[in-house]
Amino acid sequence: MRKVAIYGKGGIGKSTTTQNTVAGLAEMGKKVMVVGCDPKADSTRLLLGGLSQNTVLDTLREEGEDVELEDIRKVGFKGVICVESGGPEPGVGCAGRGIITSINLLEQLGAYASSEELDYAFYDVLGDVVCGGFAMPIREGKAQEIYIVVSGEMMAMYAANNICKGIVKFAEAGGVRLGGIICNSRKVDNEQAMIEAFAKKLGTQMIHFVPRDNMVQRAEINRKTVIEYDPEHSQADEYRTLAKKIEENEMHVIPKPMHTDELEKLLIQHGIAN
Amino acid sequence: MLLRHTPKEITERTALTVNPAKTCQPIGAMYAALGIHNCLPHSHGSQGCCAYHRSTLTRHYKEPVMAGTSSFTEGASVFGGQANLLQAIDNIFTIYEPDVIAVHTTCLSETIGDDIVQIAAKAKDDGKVPTGKYVIHANTPSYAGSHVTGFANMTKAMVDYFAQSTGRREDVVNIVPGYVEPCDMREIRRLANEMGVRTILFPDTSNVLNGPQTGRYQMFPNGGVTIEELIKTGDSRATIALGRLASGPAARALDGKCKVPCEILDLPIGLRQTDLFVDALRKIAGVNVPDSINIERGQLLDVMTDMHQYFYGKKVGLVGDPDQLIALTDFLVSIDMQPIHIVTGTPGKKFEQRIREITAAVPHAVNVRVGGDMLLFHQWVKNQPVDLLIGNTYLKYIARDEDIPLVRFGFPILDRVGHSYLPTVGYRGGLRLLEKILDALLDRMDRDAPEERFELVM
Repeated sequence: MRKVAIYGKGGIGKSTTTQNTVAGLAEMGKKVMVVGCDPKADSTRLLLGGLSQNTVLDTLREEGEDVELEDIRKVGFKGVICVESGGPEPGVGCAGRGIITSINLLEQLGAYASSEELDYAFYDVLGDVVCGGFAMPIREGKAQEIYIVVSGEMMAMYAANNICKGIVKFAEAGGVRLGGIICNSRKVDNEQAMIEAFAKKLGTQMIHFVPRDNMVQRAEINRKTVIEYDPEHSQADEYRTLAKKIEENEMHVIPKPMHTDELEKLLIQHGIAN
Repeated sequence: MLLRHTPKEITERTALTVNPAKTCQPIGAMYAALGIHNCLPHSHGSQGCCAYHRSTLTRHYKEPVMAGTSSFTEGASVFGGQANLLQAIDNIFTIYEPDVIAVHTTCLSETIGDDIVQIAAKAKDDGKVPTGKYVIHANTPSYAGSHVTGFANMTKAMVDYFAQSTGRREDVVNIVPGYVEPCDMREIRRLANEMGVRTILFPDTSNVLNGPQTGRYQMFPNGGVTIEELIKTGDSRATIALGRLASGPAARALDGKCKVPCEILDLPIGLRQTDLFVDALRKIAGVNVPDSINIERGQLLDVMTDMHQYFYGKKVGLVGDPDQLIALTDFLVSIDMQPIHIVTGTPGKKFEQRIREITAAVPHAVNVRVGGDMLLFHQWVKNQPVDLLIGNTYLKYIARDEDIPLVRFGFPILDRVGHSYLPTVGYRGGLRLLEKILDALLDRMDRDAPEERFELVM
């Protein structure tokens, strides 16, 4: 089983990209589990055709320690297993601890056991946790492979660079590696070339350039992935390609994060600052 | 030789603390809260915190210590402890009926950022706080400060929540006694009473944690400052705060809130510091010092001079809390003892400077460390031996290994009694301290004297 974590700045399209890619993998016949690590619990909405009802933490709160795996798992599009960590409402409690609790519980309950015969486990991690909860999915024995979603916008790249710093720390201690950068296009000038250069600087690859297309929004309004909503659409093929590239990806590296001035220089070189 | 692995050679450590000379903030907050009449302290955190804090107080005072806990579970740490605290407030007022619940936080609830003010307000809105009853709180994360900070925070909370000014000035002096024993609080009040000064002392743990055995259990003992008194502190003529760290914040808050002027003094340990306290009371209340107090003072002075030869030049190592150490060091220096190793675990910038000023005339190099630990203290003692150790029970390991007499003083004392009944503040307290110091020094002389120098009269 490959354990994959998706990181990126908040609002960059992690959940959308993850679910569409997972739909592509599921179409290929892979058995996938998606673990949403976001208190909003919206990481599996498109795969389930609506918001998942029972988050791990809500179940834990309501039923106590005596939680069954079946209470918290739901089966979505093409047999994808969906789990939502859940968490506190904004402004109270500790979302980071929520992720830690939730992943520990899933492990205890055997969600990753070989008897489950999973090909992939995907962690979709919210972009704004900055404490230890942020790193839970990439601690030793958990996800070995990370993809960062970016766009050509400066703050997205800035966040991606920061995430790389986190990865370096855990890569040295555990076995986690960066698999590549996914560009979720915002139609910024010169975006593809810039992200390719950015990825190269980080010592990794831009694994795929996902063009911007309103079809994604249309599918989302209908609570579906593009692959399910309009399988013939060109955007569906983009996600299928991304899924295939991840399936075949063998480039797993420890990233080399940049200094901020280095990053700014890169932006200037590629025209964004003009 | 339980500490046989302590190396004599001192290496500078940056991260590691070994045998800290302080403990958790909530312990001080819990102790202060017990000084309010009919108050149940409540620990907003996991059960283990509360159990440790209660047991440390129980081991020191040899009395049952009651406190509630929010009993955090995994769920509470993720979703916040609001539901737990609301339930706790409801249960406590329904079952135990205290007048006040004094909530203090823990590392966990501080880190997840629970807002106690908001939760207490919600409890009130939900009708869970009966009329005339109160929920007060202090923030007490143990990764900042120490038990002394916790005491200071909860004492300040008493001002923040209760003190009111009616605009009329009463002929009363507030006294914040500091983080001292219940008997010390009583002794401070006795001195004021003896001078004919009306006082409100807060917090006041006398008769709470040193009460008599009556054969009948009382969950809320008779002692403690009442809510009415705490409200009236805002109308008092002045506040005397004893101990800058433990009492200063409350006194300054009262000045800011109700314009009650404050005088912040060191703890009245020893002759000079007690003089300063008595003098401050005399001036503020406009009274004369009665002969009864002059007699006590004279008795202390008598022992200081009679036995001076045994104090003179004796080297002492001290571990304890800043307020106590400042006054004690001043006392020891005044009888020509030489405090040469002084460690406190409680952080604070002014402490070292104060100690340096007090020990300026000591004819020996003086080691002072703020935020130090007992390992460093032990190493200092190995490198420069002393004749006497003064500090809490944890010093007994060093005393035993290095064969140095120990006088137990400070918090916690887990292996002897007396500290909660017999004061060390005031002139009489000074006398008791000297008695303990002399007992330790002279017993040692008797033990070690060769036969031809073994004296009947000393």
